[in-house]
Amino acid sequence: MRAPLNALARMGRVALFLLRVLGQCLPSLRHPRLLVAQVYNAGARSLIIVMLCGLFVGMVLGLQGYDLLQRFGSESALGVAAALGLVRELGPVITALLFAGRAGTALTSEIGLMRATDQLTAMEMMAVDPVRRVVAPRFLGGIIAMPLLTAIFNVIGIFGAQLIGVGLVGVESGSFWSQMQAQVERSDINEGLIKSLCFGVACSLMAVYEGFHAEPTAEGVGLATTRTVVSSAVLTLLLDYMLTAAFLNS
Amino acid sequence: MGDSAPAEAVVDVRELRYAIEGRPIFDGLNLAARRGQITAVMGPSGTGKTTLLRLLMGAIRPDAGRLSVFGDEVAGLARPALYRLRRRIGMLFQNGALMSDLSVFENVAFPLRAHTRLPEPLLRRLVLMKLQAVGLRGAADMAPGALSGGMARRVALARAIVMDPELLIYDEPFVGLDPISLGVILRLIGTLNATLGITSIVVTHDVEEISRIAHQSYLLASGRAVAAGSPAELRAAAAPVVNQFMQGLPDGPVPFHVPAPDYRTQLLEPDA
Repeated sequence: MRAPLNALARMGRVALFLLRVLGQCLPSLRHPRLLVAQVYNAGARSLIIVMLCGLFVGMVLGLQGYDLLQRFGSESALGVAAALGLVRELGPVITALLFAGRAGTALTSEIGLMRATDQLTAMEMMAVDPVRRVVAPRFLGGIIAMPLLTAIFNVIGIFGAQLIGVGLVGVESGSFWSQMQAQVERSDINEGLIKSLCFGVACSLMAVYEGFHAEPTAEGVGLATTRTVVSSAVLTLLLDYMLTAAFLNS
Repeated sequence: MGDSAPAEAVVDVRELRYAIEGRPIFDGLNLAARRGQITAVMGPSGTGKTTLLRLLMGAIRPDAGRLSVFGDEVAGLARPALYRLRRRIGMLFQNGALMSDLSVFENVAFPLRAHTRLPEPLLRRLVLMKLQAVGLRGAADMAPGALSGGMARRVALARAIVMDPELLIYDEPFVGLDPISLGVILRLIGTLNATLGITSIVVTHDVEEISRIAHQSYLLASGRAVAAGSPAELRAAAAPVVNQFMQGLPDGPVPFHVPAPDYRTQLLEPDA
Protein backbone atom coordinates (compact mmCIF):
# COMPACT_ATOMS: atom_id res chain seq x y z
CA MET A 1 0.00 0.00 0.00
CA ARG A 2 2.92 2.26 0.79
CA ALA A 3 4.59 2.12 -2.63
CA PRO A 4 1.56 3.31 -4.63
CA LEU A 5 0.97 6.08 -2.10
CA ASN A 6 4.59 7.19 -2.40
CA ALA A 7 4.33 7.13 -6.19
CA LEU A 8 1.17 9.22 -6.04
CA ALA A 9 2.80 11.70 -3.66
CA ARG A 10 5.80 11.97 -5.98
CA MET A 11 3.54 12.66 -8.94
CA GLY A 12 1.87 15.38 -6.92
CA ARG A 13 5.22 16.94 -6.03
CA VAL A 14 6.34 16.86 -9.67
CA ALA A 15 3.06 18.47 -10.76
CA LEU A 16 3.39 21.25 -8.15
CA PHE A 17 6.99 21.84 -9.22
CA LEU A 18 5.84 22.04 -12.86
CA LEU A 19 3.35 24.75 -11.90
CA ARG A 20 6.10 26.65 -10.07
CA VAL A 21 8.44 26.37 -13.07
CA LEU A 22 5.70 27.40 -15.53
CA GLY A 23 5.01 30.46 -13.38
CA GLN A 24 8.66 31.51 -13.75
CA CYS A 25 9.06 30.73 -17.48
CA LEU A 26 7.80 34.09 -18.68
CA PRO A 27 9.85 36.20 -16.21
CA SER A 28 12.93 34.14 -17.06
CA LEU A 29 12.65 35.27 -20.69
CA ARG A 30 13.82 38.70 -19.55
CA HIS A 31 17.31 37.22 -19.74
CA PRO A 32 17.23 35.67 -23.24
CA ARG A 33 20.97 34.98 -23.10
CA LEU A 34 20.38 32.38 -20.36
CA LEU A 35 17.83 30.60 -22.56
CA VAL A 36 20.07 30.62 -25.63
CA ALA A 37 22.91 29.14 -23.56
CA GLN A 38 20.62 26.35 -22.42
CA VAL A 39 19.35 25.57 -25.93
CA TYR A 40 23.02 25.27 -26.85
CA ASN A 41 23.77 23.07 -23.83
CA ALA A 42 20.83 20.72 -24.31
CA GLY A 43 20.68 20.86 -28.10
CA ALA A 44 24.02 21.52 -29.75
CA ARG A 45 25.91 19.37 -27.28
CA SER A 46 23.62 16.40 -27.99
CA LEU A 47 23.99 16.82 -31.73
CA ILE A 48 26.79 14.33 -32.40
CA ILE A 49 25.17 11.46 -30.49
CA VAL A 50 21.75 12.17 -32.04
CA MET A 51 23.18 12.29 -35.58
CA LEU A 52 25.23 9.15 -35.07
CA CYS A 53 22.31 7.18 -33.66
CA GLY A 54 19.98 8.56 -36.35
CA LEU A 55 22.32 7.24 -39.02
CA PHE A 56 22.49 3.75 -37.50
CA VAL A 57 18.75 3.56 -36.86
CA GLY A 58 18.08 4.61 -40.46
CA MET A 59 20.54 2.01 -41.76
CA VAL A 60 18.88 -0.73 -39.70
CA LEU A 61 15.48 0.40 -40.98
CA GLY A 62 16.84 0.13 -44.52
CA LEU A 63 17.93 -3.45 -43.97
CA GLN A 64 14.94 -4.66 -41.97
CA GLY A 65 12.43 -2.75 -44.10
CA TYR A 66 13.86 -4.19 -47.29
CA ASP A 67 13.85 -7.72 -45.89
CA LEU A 68 10.21 -7.39 -44.83
CA LEU A 69 8.91 -5.57 -47.91
CA GLN A 70 10.54 -7.83 -50.49
CA ARG A 71 8.51 -10.74 -49.08
CA PHE A 72 5.44 -8.94 -50.44
CA GLY A 73 7.22 -7.75 -53.54
CA SER A 74 6.86 -4.15 -52.52
CA GLU A 75 10.45 -3.16 -51.78
CA SER A 76 9.89 0.06 -53.69
CA ALA A 77 7.88 1.24 -50.64
CA LEU A 78 11.04 1.20 -48.52
CA GLY A 79 11.34 5.00 -48.64
CA VAL A 80 7.88 5.64 -47.32
CA ALA A 81 8.15 2.87 -44.70
CA ALA A 82 11.41 4.25 -43.33
CA ALA A 83 10.20 7.84 -43.41
CA LEU A 84 6.92 7.11 -41.67
CA GLY A 85 8.60 4.90 -39.09
CA LEU A 86 11.11 7.62 -38.32
CA VAL A 87 8.91 10.69 -38.46
CA ARG A 88 5.97 9.29 -36.49
CA GLU A 89 7.62 6.95 -34.06
CA LEU A 90 11.32 6.19 -33.90
CA GLY A 91 12.54 9.76 -34.34
CA PRO A 92 10.71 11.32 -31.38
CA VAL A 93 11.10 8.30 -29.08
CA ILE A 94 14.77 7.51 -29.65
CA THR A 95 15.72 11.19 -29.60
CA ALA A 96 13.91 11.56 -26.26
CA LEU A 97 15.73 8.53 -24.83
CA LEU A 98 19.07 9.88 -26.07
CA PHE A 99 18.19 13.31 -24.71
CA ALA A 100 17.43 11.81 -21.30
CA GLY A 101 20.77 10.03 -21.28
CA ARG A 102 22.87 12.93 -22.57
CA ALA A 103 21.25 16.29 -21.78
CA GLY A 104 18.92 15.13 -18.98
CA THR A 105 21.69 13.64 -16.86
CA ALA A 106 23.86 16.71 -17.47
CA LEU A 107 21.02 18.98 -16.32
CA THR A 108 20.33 16.93 -13.20
CA SER A 109 23.94 16.66 -12.15
CA GLU A 110 24.58 20.35 -12.81
CA ILE A 111 21.59 21.53 -10.76
CA GLY A 112 22.22 18.85 -8.11
CA LEU A 113 25.81 20.00 -7.76
CA MET A 114 24.62 23.59 -7.42
CA ARG A 115 22.38 22.37 -4.60
CA ALA A 116 25.21 20.40 -2.96
CA THR A 117 27.59 23.38 -3.06
CA ASP A 118 25.02 25.82 -1.65
CA GLN A 119 24.83 27.81 -4.88
CA LEU A 120 21.03 27.56 -4.98
CA THR A 121 20.77 28.54 -1.31
CA ALA A 122 23.15 31.45 -1.94
CA MET A 123 20.86 32.65 -4.74
CA GLU A 124 17.86 32.49 -2.42
CA MET A 125 19.78 34.49 0.15
CA MET A 126 20.62 37.08 -2.50
CA ALA A 127 16.88 37.38 -3.12
CA VAL A 128 17.16 35.67 -6.52
CA ASP A 129 14.65 32.89 -7.14
CA PRO A 130 16.70 29.87 -8.32
CA VAL A 131 13.65 28.48 -10.12
CA ARG A 132 13.58 31.60 -12.28
CA ARG A 133 17.34 31.94 -12.72
CA VAL A 134 18.43 28.30 -12.99
CA VAL A 135 15.48 25.96 -13.52
CA ALA A 136 13.16 27.81 -15.94
CA PRO A 137 15.79 28.55 -18.65
CA ARG A 138 16.99 24.93 -18.56
CA PHE A 139 13.42 23.62 -18.74
CA LEU A 140 12.58 25.86 -21.71
CA GLY A 141 15.92 25.14 -23.38
CA GLY A 142 15.17 21.41 -23.28
CA ILE A 143 11.69 21.89 -24.74
CA ILE A 144 13.05 23.98 -27.62
CA ALA A 145 15.97 21.62 -28.28
CA MET A 146 13.94 18.39 -28.42
CA PRO A 147 11.93 18.97 -31.66
CA LEU A 148 15.04 20.37 -33.35
CA LEU A 149 17.06 17.31 -32.40
CA THR A 150 14.20 15.07 -33.52
CA ALA A 151 14.09 16.76 -36.93
CA ILE A 152 17.81 16.26 -37.37
CA PHE A 153 17.51 12.63 -36.24
CA ASN A 154 14.78 12.07 -38.85
CA VAL A 155 16.73 13.64 -41.70
CA ILE A 156 19.88 11.67 -40.92
CA GLY A 157 17.79 8.52 -40.40
CA ILE A 158 16.17 8.83 -43.83
CA PHE A 159 19.61 9.40 -45.31
CA GLY A 160 20.81 6.20 -43.58
CA ALA A 161 17.86 4.20 -44.91
CA GLN A 162 18.55 5.55 -48.39
CA LEU A 163 22.24 4.71 -48.04
CA ILE A 164 21.42 1.06 -47.39
CA GLY A 165 18.20 0.73 -49.40
CA VAL A 166 19.37 2.45 -52.58
CA GLY A 167 23.12 2.18 -52.23
CA LEU A 168 23.48 -1.36 -50.94
CA VAL A 169 20.44 -3.56 -51.57
CA GLY A 170 19.39 -1.96 -54.81
CA VAL A 171 15.99 -0.30 -54.33
CA GLU A 172 15.44 2.13 -57.16
CA SER A 173 16.26 5.67 -56.12
CA GLY A 174 13.34 7.23 -57.98
CA SER A 175 10.66 5.08 -56.36
CA PHE A 176 12.35 5.44 -52.92
CA TRP A 177 11.96 9.22 -52.99
CA SER A 178 8.78 9.60 -55.03
CA GLN A 179 6.76 7.21 -52.87
CA MET A 180 8.00 9.01 -49.78
CA GLN A 181 6.94 12.35 -51.25
CA ALA A 182 3.53 11.00 -52.20
CA GLN A 183 2.70 9.16 -48.99
CA VAL A 184 4.18 11.17 -46.09
CA GLU A 185 1.65 13.82 -45.19
CA ARG A 186 1.71 16.94 -43.12
CA SER A 187 -0.33 15.20 -40.42
CA ASP A 188 2.45 12.60 -40.03
CA ILE A 189 4.99 15.35 -39.50
CA ASN A 190 2.68 17.09 -37.05
CA GLU A 191 2.25 13.87 -35.08
CA GLY A 192 6.01 13.54 -34.69
CA LEU A 193 6.37 17.21 -33.81
CA ILE A 194 3.70 17.10 -31.11
CA LYS A 195 5.18 13.91 -29.69
CA SER A 196 8.65 15.39 -29.52
CA LEU A 197 7.32 18.54 -27.83
CA CYS A 198 5.53 16.41 -25.19
CA PHE A 199 8.67 14.31 -24.66
CA GLY A 200 10.66 17.54 -24.38
CA VAL A 201 8.41 18.75 -21.57
CA ALA A 202 8.51 15.37 -19.79
CA CYS A 203 12.28 14.78 -20.05
CA SER A 204 13.25 18.37 -19.19
CA LEU A 205 10.83 18.43 -16.27
CA MET A 206 12.17 15.20 -14.79
CA ALA A 207 15.76 16.38 -15.22
CA VAL A 208 15.29 19.74 -13.49
CA TYR A 209 13.00 18.27 -10.81
CA GLU A 210 15.48 15.57 -9.84
CA GLY A 211 18.40 18.00 -9.85
CA PHE A 212 16.59 20.63 -7.81
CA HIS A 213 15.47 18.09 -5.21
CA ALA A 214 18.69 16.06 -5.08
CA GLU A 215 20.16 15.28 -1.67
CA PRO A 216 23.04 17.74 -1.25
CA THR A 217 25.71 15.02 -1.27
CA ALA A 218 27.78 13.29 -3.94
CA GLU A 219 25.70 10.13 -3.51
CA GLY A 220 22.47 12.12 -3.66
CA VAL A 221 23.42 13.74 -6.97
CA GLY A 222 24.35 10.32 -8.40
CA LEU A 223 21.03 8.82 -7.35
CA ALA A 224 19.12 11.79 -8.76
CA THR A 225 20.88 11.36 -12.11
CA THR A 226 19.89 7.70 -12.25
CA ARG A 227 16.29 8.56 -11.36
CA THR A 228 16.22 11.12 -14.20
CA VAL A 229 17.12 8.51 -16.83
CA VAL A 230 14.71 5.89 -15.48
CA SER A 231 11.71 8.17 -15.05
CA SER A 232 12.32 10.02 -18.34
CA ALA A 233 12.49 6.72 -20.25
CA VAL A 234 9.37 5.30 -18.62
CA LEU A 235 7.46 8.55 -19.05
CA THR A 236 8.51 8.85 -22.71
CA LEU A 237 7.33 5.36 -23.60
CA LEU A 238 4.09 5.75 -21.64
CA LEU A 239 3.36 9.09 -23.29
CA ASP A 240 4.26 7.59 -26.66
CA TYR A 241 1.63 4.91 -26.29
CA MET A 242 -1.02 7.40 -25.17
CA LEU A 243 -0.25 9.87 -27.94
CA THR A 244 -0.09 7.17 -30.64
CA ALA A 245 -3.48 5.85 -29.51
CA ALA A 246 -4.91 9.37 -29.52
CA PHE A 247 -3.59 10.14 -33.03
CA LEU A 248 -4.82 6.84 -34.48
CA ASN A 249 -8.24 7.46 -32.96
CA SER A 250 -8.51 10.90 -34.44
CA MET B 1 33.20 49.32 22.31
CA GLY B 2 32.85 51.62 25.28
CA ASP B 3 29.53 53.18 24.23
CA SER B 4 27.40 54.35 27.08
CA ALA B 5 23.94 53.61 25.63
CA PRO B 6 23.56 50.27 23.82
CA ALA B 7 22.89 50.67 20.10
CA GLU B 8 19.60 49.54 18.59
CA ALA B 9 19.27 45.78 18.06
CA VAL B 10 19.30 45.00 14.32
CA VAL B 11 18.64 41.33 15.05
CA ASP B 12 16.52 40.46 18.03
CA VAL B 13 15.84 36.86 19.03
CA ARG B 14 13.50 36.18 21.94
CA GLU B 15 12.58 32.82 23.45
CA LEU B 16 13.13 31.09 20.11
CA ARG B 17 12.11 27.46 19.82
CA TYR B 18 12.85 25.21 16.88
CA ALA B 19 12.90 21.43 16.57
CA ILE B 20 13.83 19.06 13.75
CA GLU B 21 11.79 15.84 13.77
CA GLY B 22 10.96 16.29 17.43
CA ARG B 23 14.58 16.92 18.45
CA PRO B 24 14.85 20.44 19.92
CA ILE B 25 17.60 22.55 18.34
CA PHE B 26 16.64 25.80 20.09
CA ASP B 27 14.74 25.84 23.32
CA GLY B 28 14.33 29.40 24.56
CA LEU B 29 17.17 31.16 22.72
CA ASN B 30 17.70 34.87 23.43
CA LEU B 31 20.18 36.89 21.42
CA ALA B 32 20.65 40.40 20.01
CA ALA B 33 23.02 41.89 17.44
CA ARG B 34 23.41 45.63 17.84
CA ARG B 35 23.91 48.17 15.06
CA GLY B 36 27.52 48.75 14.07
CA GLN B 37 28.87 45.93 16.22
CA ILE B 38 30.43 42.56 15.49
CA THR B 39 28.47 39.87 17.28
CA ALA B 40 30.04 36.44 17.54
CA VAL B 41 27.85 33.38 17.88
CA MET B 42 29.98 30.49 19.09
CA GLY B 43 29.28 26.97 20.13
CA PRO B 44 30.38 23.39 19.72
CA SER B 45 29.52 21.55 16.49
CA GLY B 46 25.89 20.54 16.23
CA THR B 47 24.52 23.33 18.43
CA GLY B 48 22.50 24.71 15.55
CA LYS B 49 24.63 27.71 14.60
CA THR B 50 23.96 27.30 10.89
CA THR B 51 20.29 26.57 11.66
CA LEU B 52 20.16 29.94 13.43
CA LEU B 53 21.40 31.65 10.25
CA ARG B 54 18.77 29.85 8.18
CA LEU B 55 16.13 31.06 10.63
CA LEU B 56 17.48 34.61 10.45
CA MET B 57 17.31 34.61 6.66
CA GLY B 58 13.78 33.20 6.69
CA ALA B 59 14.78 29.96 4.94
CA ILE B 60 13.06 28.03 7.75
CA ARG B 61 10.46 29.12 10.29
CA PRO B 62 10.70 28.85 14.08
CA ASP B 63 8.18 26.78 16.04
CA ALA B 64 7.72 29.52 18.64
CA GLY B 65 9.27 32.74 19.87
CA ARG B 66 10.20 36.04 18.20
CA LEU B 67 12.88 36.60 15.61
CA SER B 68 13.07 40.08 14.15
CA VAL B 69 15.54 41.59 11.69
CA PHE B 70 15.44 45.37 11.14
CA GLY B 71 12.25 45.33 13.24
CA ASP B 72 10.44 42.91 10.90
CA GLU B 73 9.22 39.60 12.23
CA VAL B 74 10.94 37.26 9.75
CA ALA B 75 8.53 34.33 10.14
CA GLY B 76 5.53 36.48 9.16
CA LEU B 77 6.98 37.73 5.89
CA ALA B 78 5.65 36.58 2.51
CA ARG B 79 8.20 35.78 -0.20
CA PRO B 80 8.33 39.29 -1.81
CA ALA B 81 8.81 40.98 1.58
CA LEU B 82 11.36 38.35 2.57
CA TYR B 83 13.30 38.97 -0.65
CA ARG B 84 13.21 42.74 0.05
CA LEU B 85 14.63 42.06 3.50
CA ARG B 86 17.35 39.80 2.11
CA ARG B 87 18.54 42.57 -0.21
CA ARG B 88 19.58 44.47 2.93
CA ILE B 89 21.59 41.48 4.17
CA GLY B 90 24.84 40.04 2.86
CA MET B 91 25.77 36.49 3.65
CA LEU B 92 29.11 34.73 3.43
CA PHE B 93 28.77 30.98 3.08
CA GLN B 94 31.14 28.51 4.66
CA ASN B 95 32.47 27.30 1.28
CA GLY B 96 31.87 30.57 -0.57
CA ALA B 97 29.04 29.09 -2.67
CA LEU B 98 30.29 30.85 -5.81
CA MET B 99 28.44 30.15 -9.06
CA SER B 100 30.71 27.65 -10.79
CA ASP B 101 29.66 28.69 -14.32
CA LEU B 102 30.48 32.40 -13.81
CA SER B 103 33.85 34.16 -13.60
CA VAL B 104 34.97 35.92 -10.42
CA PHE B 105 33.86 39.25 -11.91
CA GLU B 106 30.43 37.91 -12.88
CA ASN B 107 29.99 36.29 -9.47
CA VAL B 108 30.44 39.64 -7.77
CA ALA B 109 28.28 41.34 -10.38
CA PHE B 110 25.53 38.72 -9.94
CA PRO B 111 23.40 40.53 -7.29
CA LEU B 112 23.79 43.86 -9.13
CA ARG B 113 22.62 42.35 -12.41
CA ALA B 114 19.71 40.65 -10.65
CA HIS B 115 18.46 43.66 -8.71
CA THR B 116 19.58 46.81 -10.48
CA ARG B 117 19.65 48.22 -13.99
CA LEU B 118 23.00 49.95 -13.66
CA PRO B 119 24.79 50.88 -16.89
CA GLU B 120 27.62 48.48 -17.66
CA PRO B 121 30.52 50.95 -17.06
CA LEU B 122 29.20 51.84 -13.60
CA LEU B 123 28.57 48.19 -12.74
CA ARG B 124 32.10 47.35 -13.83
CA ARG B 125 33.59 50.03 -11.61
CA LEU B 126 31.52 48.95 -8.61
CA VAL B 127 32.57 45.32 -9.01
CA LEU B 128 36.24 46.27 -9.42
CA MET B 129 36.04 48.45 -6.28
CA LYS B 130 34.65 45.57 -4.23
CA LEU B 131 37.26 43.19 -5.63
CA GLN B 132 39.95 45.74 -4.80
CA ALA B 133 38.63 45.85 -1.21
CA VAL B 134 39.28 42.12 -0.85
CA GLY B 135 42.55 42.28 -2.80
CA LEU B 136 41.38 40.25 -5.78
CA ARG B 137 40.96 42.81 -8.56
CA GLY B 138 43.69 40.93 -10.41
CA ALA B 139 41.66 37.72 -10.29
CA ALA B 140 38.54 39.20 -11.91
CA ASP B 141 38.71 36.98 -14.98
CA MET B 142 39.51 33.75 -13.18
CA ALA B 143 37.06 30.87 -12.80
CA PRO B 144 35.96 29.97 -9.25
CA GLY B 145 37.44 26.50 -9.71
CA ALA B 146 40.92 28.00 -10.09
CA LEU B 147 40.80 29.82 -6.73
CA SER B 148 42.20 28.64 -3.41
CA GLY B 149 39.79 28.25 -0.48
CA GLY B 150 40.80 31.58 1.02
CA MET B 151 40.51 33.43 -2.29
CA ALA B 152 37.08 31.89 -2.97
CA ARG B 153 35.91 33.15 0.40
CA ARG B 154 37.23 36.63 -0.34
CA VAL B 155 35.35 36.67 -3.67
CA ALA B 156 32.23 35.56 -1.81
CA LEU B 157 32.85 38.40 0.64
CA ALA B 158 33.10 40.90 -2.23
CA ARG B 159 29.80 39.51 -3.56
CA ALA B 160 28.21 39.77 -0.11
CA ILE B 161 29.06 43.49 0.17
CA VAL B 162 28.40 44.50 -3.43
CA MET B 163 24.83 45.59 -2.67
CA ASP B 164 26.07 47.62 0.33
CA PRO B 165 24.16 45.60 2.92
CA GLU B 166 23.34 46.91 6.38
CA LEU B 167 23.86 43.51 7.96
CA LEU B 168 26.57 41.01 7.08
CA ILE B 169 26.31 37.41 8.22
CA TYR B 170 29.34 35.13 8.17
CA ASP B 171 28.89 31.36 8.41
CA GLU B 172 32.09 29.77 9.75
CA PRO B 173 34.38 32.15 7.84
CA PHE B 174 37.63 30.65 9.21
CA VAL B 175 37.06 26.96 8.57
CA GLY B 176 39.81 25.25 6.57
CA LEU B 177 41.94 28.37 6.00
CA ASP B 178 45.70 28.61 6.29
CA PRO B 179 46.98 31.19 8.84
CA ILE B 180 47.61 33.85 6.19
CA SER B 181 44.15 33.56 4.60
CA LEU B 182 42.61 33.41 8.06
CA GLY B 183 44.38 36.62 9.06
CA VAL B 184 43.21 38.28 5.84
CA ILE B 185 39.56 37.30 6.38
CA LEU B 186 39.71 38.34 10.04
CA ARG B 187 41.12 41.74 9.14
CA LEU B 188 38.53 42.18 6.37
CA ILE B 189 35.64 41.44 8.74
CA GLY B 190 36.94 44.08 11.16
CA THR B 191 37.72 46.65 8.46
CA LEU B 192 34.41 46.24 6.63
CA ASN B 193 32.50 46.57 9.87
CA ALA B 194 34.35 49.73 10.88
CA THR B 195 34.57 51.50 7.51
CA LEU B 196 31.12 50.65 6.16
CA GLY B 197 29.40 50.97 9.53
CA ILE B 198 27.54 47.72 9.04
CA THR B 199 26.37 45.23 11.62
CA SER B 200 28.11 41.86 11.53
CA ILE B 201 27.15 38.46 12.87
CA VAL B 202 29.93 35.88 12.81
CA VAL B 203 29.02 32.28 13.46
CA THR B 204 32.15 30.37 14.37
CA HIS B 205 33.85 28.03 16.77
CA ASP B 206 37.25 29.65 16.43
CA VAL B 207 37.38 31.30 19.85
CA GLU B 208 40.83 32.86 19.63
CA GLU B 209 40.37 34.50 16.24
CA ILE B 210 36.96 35.99 16.76
CA SER B 211 37.80 37.24 20.28
CA ARG B 212 40.19 39.72 18.68
CA ILE B 213 37.48 41.59 16.79
CA ALA B 214 34.08 40.80 18.36
CA HIS B 215 32.28 43.38 20.47
CA GLN B 216 29.78 40.90 21.85
CA SER B 217 29.86 37.10 22.00
CA TYR B 218 27.23 34.47 22.63
CA LEU B 219 27.95 30.87 23.46
CA LEU B 220 25.26 28.42 22.39
CA ALA B 221 24.78 25.07 24.06
CA SER B 222 21.76 22.86 24.74
CA GLY B 223 19.51 25.01 22.57
CA ARG B 224 20.10 28.32 24.31
CA ALA B 225 22.72 31.02 24.86
CA VAL B 226 24.51 29.80 27.98
CA ALA B 227 26.79 32.81 28.14
CA ALA B 228 26.90 36.31 26.68
CA GLY B 229 29.30 39.20 26.98
CA SER B 230 32.58 40.52 25.66
CA PRO B 231 35.19 37.88 24.79
CA ALA B 232 37.08 38.78 27.99
CA GLU B 233 33.95 38.28 30.09
CA LEU B 234 33.33 34.92 28.45
CA ARG B 235 36.87 33.81 29.12
CA ALA B 236 36.48 34.73 32.79
CA ALA B 237 33.11 32.99 33.15
CA ALA B 238 32.98 30.22 35.75
CA ALA B 239 30.21 28.09 34.22
CA PRO B 240 31.67 24.66 33.35
CA VAL B 241 30.24 24.57 29.82
CA VAL B 242 31.66 28.01 29.00
CA ASN B 243 34.97 27.07 30.54
CA GLN B 244 35.13 23.83 28.57
CA PHE B 245 34.47 25.57 25.27
CA MET B 246 36.74 28.57 25.81
CA GLN B 247 39.61 26.35 27.00
CA GLY B 248 38.97 23.61 24.45
CA LEU B 249 38.74 20.81 27.04
CA PRO B 250 37.88 17.41 25.51
CA ASP B 251 35.47 16.30 28.24
CA GLY B 252 33.02 18.16 30.42
CA PRO B 253 29.37 19.20 30.21
CA VAL B 254 29.72 18.47 26.47
CA PRO B 255 30.67 14.82 26.94
CA PHE B 256 33.48 13.08 25.06
CA HIS B 257 31.40 9.88 24.84
CA VAL B 258 28.17 9.60 22.91
CA PRO B 259 25.53 8.18 25.30
CA ALA B 260 25.81 4.36 25.23
CA PRO B 261 24.84 1.33 27.33
CA ASP B 262 27.13 0.44 30.24
CA TYR B 263 30.61 -0.37 28.89
CA ARG B 264 31.29 -3.42 31.09
CA THR B 265 27.84 -4.92 30.51
CA GLN B 266 28.12 -4.48 26.75
CA LEU B 267 31.58 -6.06 26.58
CA LEU B 268 30.60 -9.05 28.72
CA GLU B 269 27.19 -9.74 27.21
CA PRO B 270 26.92 -13.07 25.31
CA ASP B 271 27.16 -12.79 21.54
CA ALA B 272 23.94 -11.68 20.00
